[in-house]
Amino acid sequence: MTPVRTTPFHPRLSELNDQGLYTHWQDTLSPLRYSHAPKHEYFAVRNSVGVFDTSPLYKYVVTGPDAERLLAGALVRDVRTCKPGQAHYTAWCDDRGRVMHDGVVFRHSADEFFLTAARPALSWFQELGSGMRVELEDVTEGYGMLAVQGPRSRTVLMELAPEAETLGYFDHVPVKIADTAVTLSRTGYTGDLGFELTVPEDRAVEVLDAVLEAGRPHSIRPFGEEALMTLRIEAGLPLIDIEWHDARLAMSDADTVTPKELGFGWMLRGVRDGSRRFVGSEAIRRELVDGTSRWATTGVVVDWADWDRLYRDAGHFPPKSEHPLPYESMILDADRSEVGYCTSFVYSPVLQRHIGIARVRPDLAAAGTELRLELAVDHHNTTVRIETTTMPFFDPPRKKEQWKKA
Amino acid sequence: MSTHEYDAIVVGGGHNGLTHAAYLAKAGLRTLVLEKNGGVGGAAITEELLPGFHFTTFSYALSLLRPEIIHELDLVQHGFLPLMMPSSFHPTGDGGYLLFGDDHQANVQEIRRHSPRDADAYERYHYDLDRVCQAVRPLFDNPPPNIFGKDPDDAVDVKWLLDHLGGVEQKVMHDVVRLLTGSAADWLDDYFEHEAIKGYHASSSIIGSKVGPMSPGSGLVLLFHKMGEHDGHLGSWAFHKGGNGGFTQVLNRAAQAYGAEVRLGAQVTNLITQDGRAVGVALEDGTEFRAPVVVSALDPRRTFLDLCDPRELPLDLVDNVRRMKFRGVSAKVNFALDSLPVFPALPDTVDHFGGFLNIGPTIEYVERAFDAAKYGWYSERPFIDAAVQSVVDPDMAPPGKHVMSCFVQYAPYELRGSDWETERQAFGDKAQAVLESHFPGFGDLVLHREVVTPVDIEARTGLTEGNIFAGEFLAPQMYFFRPAPGWSQYATPLEGYYQCGSGTHPGGCVIGSPGRLASQRVLRDLGR
Repeated sequence: MTPVRTTPFHPRLSELNDQGLYTHWQDTLSPLRYSHAPKHEYFAVRNSVGVFDTSPLYKYVVTGPDAERLLAGALVRDVRTCKPGQAHYTAWCDDRGRVMHDGVVFRHSADEFFLTAARPALSWFQELGSGMRVELEDVTEGYGMLAVQGPRSRTVLMELAPEAETLGYFDHVPVKIADTAVTLSRTGYTGDLGFELTVPEDRAVEVLDAVLEAGRPHSIRPFGEEALMTLRIEAGLPLIDIEWHDARLAMSDADTVTPKELGFGWMLRGVRDGSRRFVGSEAIRRELVDGTSRWATTGVVVDWADWDRLYRDAGHFPPKSEHPLPYESMILDADRSEVGYCTSFVYSPVLQRHIGIARVRPDLAAAGTELRLELAVDHHNTTVRIETTTMPFFDPPRKKEQWKKA
Repeated sequence: MSTHEYDAIVVGGGHNGLTHAAYLAKAGLRTLVLEKNGGVGGAAITEELLPGFHFTTFSYALSLLRPEIIHELDLVQHGFLPLMMPSSFHPTGDGGYLLFGDDHQANVQEIRRHSPRDADAYERYHYDLDRVCQAVRPLFDNPPPNIFGKDPDDAVDVKWLLDHLGGVEQKVMHDVVRLLTGSAADWLDDYFEHEAIKGYHASSSIIGSKVGPMSPGSGLVLLFHKMGEHDGHLGSWAFHKGGNGGFTQVLNRAAQAYGAEVRLGAQVTNLITQDGRAVGVALEDGTEFRAPVVVSALDPRRTFLDLCDPRELPLDLVDNVRRMKFRGVSAKVNFALDSLPVFPALPDTVDHFGGFLNIGPTIEYVERAFDAAKYGWYSERPFIDAAVQSVVDPDMAPPGKHVMSCFVQYAPYELRGSDWETERQAFGDKAQAVLESHFPGFGDLVLHREVVTPVDIEARTGLTEGNIFAGEFLAPQMYFFRPAPGWSQYATPLEGYYQCGSGTHPGGCVIGSPGRLASQRVLRDLGR
């Protein structure tokens, strides 16, 4: 076995980490937290600015005259509407219209794209592109990716790259930071105002140092996966292997979801009328036309008083943990029949509520539906009142605000 | 005068007045808040004294606020945002320190670094105190039964109380009594051997009270502060976004969203009564406002002796209120700083500035600071509870700069042989000298210093003798007896006249309970 890998930012970020707690994200060290208080790291993103090392993502460069044709035939979202300088959050499916992976596609020019992926996908795209005039290259190790997120991220980055001032939501632009060519994009996974920097790996530490230096007066701090989980649940963003599993590797039909079932219905423009074709689109078209979706993804909010009562009656202090629950719990209706399940669950400090990402029977998905969530108190199964709600749970105007030049 | 008619008038726009008004307005009452100052907040305000520097002039952190208020008044919708304080720092006086954070196991190790014996005592201490809090909580969060009442409802309330107390374990009940009647020093001696560890835990036992940690009664003050919680963590504190003034602005928005009207610069001079019941209030300028319900959010002195005519009240109530102890001993010294101070043993980190900096190394240090107050003078080396809020909330100061709030004791309201106008800067110098001794070079960082004496607290907020709790936390002034025997259920002898300030049960701090519980009483009396 090769030793576990580290990211291009690791030499510096590991100096700022006094915990030594890492996951192995794509066999790469990824900090759970940098300090004893992941919640403090979380608040850096909600109230000032934080940085997250997202380098382990798979990264592919797609070039050639048929690059657009390849991606348009593979991605759930219509990549033809993604102009150079823009990016799309997107997903791709197998031929049954079940979701495999998600990722972000950055369009650099008419025939050049940069695609991030949650799981390895090179051969999938290569096979789809066979016979096309397109080249695919795995550049995963070639770049570090640094997310700079939070209300002060724009102020901090403007000092290094004036382009940050007016950069639009999901737009990207080439900039120079620390004498390095960097792609600056207004993207992220926190549901807040934020940016990502895609940096050649041999200059990653220099760029990171410049960001940390500019951020110091703004209390910038690195945040780890624990803080990220709370942030992304508040943002209503799904995560592979938690909200869904790669359809091509699923052992049962129940373990797969369609884009519509996963809450990606908004990506499906042109599918119902058959005007757009991609892998799985025909199955999705039938699902939409026939209304055969098995699930609808929804947010759920716990009734605070019921939660507190459950625990107090049992002699406990009601827990309010900003660490997500690691297991799936059932959602029941008034008759205690199973009507869905919760995939992510956490106490949201900014909302002062327990919230969850859930999948319920489509007829129960209308916001405001009262249901119950199963949980164990004192080693006994019980239920707590919940209500369905739209996501994102937390959606500050600054996230998408379009600033003009000052 | 017909345009000035309301269903309810709340006198005082502090946090309890606003909370109360929000509940009344939510229940559909046409509610008016009259605030004497140019802004709401009372003692929970944030002021920009220097461009970009936001000072929490008086109250500076949040913990006691009852969680149900956050939900019932939908405060998140109006901007409620408590920011976690990631650390708590206690210099031990010899150049060393105790630094606590969010990781319990790490905290145990931090104790162990100073005293292996105190490590498991620390776990037992918190467990025992948690059990006490659990036992006391129902009393804390419900109005005290009227044990002197003759009404059948009173008998039901008393039975509820006795049933609850009957269910409390013997050891827990004994601990409750030891805390309510004894000293923090005695309580802590039963657990810890290390002087600094005892000093750290004793700090909350003297806040706002004319007691030292060795005085009987300091246990009660310690327990009261432990009753707070933040995001489900008992005894844990937070900084509200924008300081505690940011929090009262949230309440202000909530109250107004429910339909309450808030008038600023409206100094109420007196309650208007007719046939022994309240019918309205009059302002300094003669304007009158009429309502069948008038609620005072002011302290008991002002509620019973200033706003209304004591001759309309029973003599024993007047006597009790006159006798009530206020005796403010707390001051604030707030700083604008050019950069973060440096603690020599931790030169390269900011982590120890994430929460309270507890400057009172040992119980003896704090007790000696208290000694001066007994004889009418301020401490030569005061106890300081400091917080550099801009570390957690960078919006409090310009980038790279900081604001530091220092709660300083002891500063007795009445000085023997001098007055606070004369002593203001000398007192500020004492506080600053203590900071200098822990953070060498501190003085060079100071861009601005604000000294807030007990007399200033009284003059600006109306809190009698500058007592931050609107009446001291002494056993004879709590629960059944807050503010006076027989009047602990938010009503007064004058029909239609109510009280909802921190001088009522459960008491002071930014807690909201008096405002909330009083609203339940008013609405019940109105048959709502």
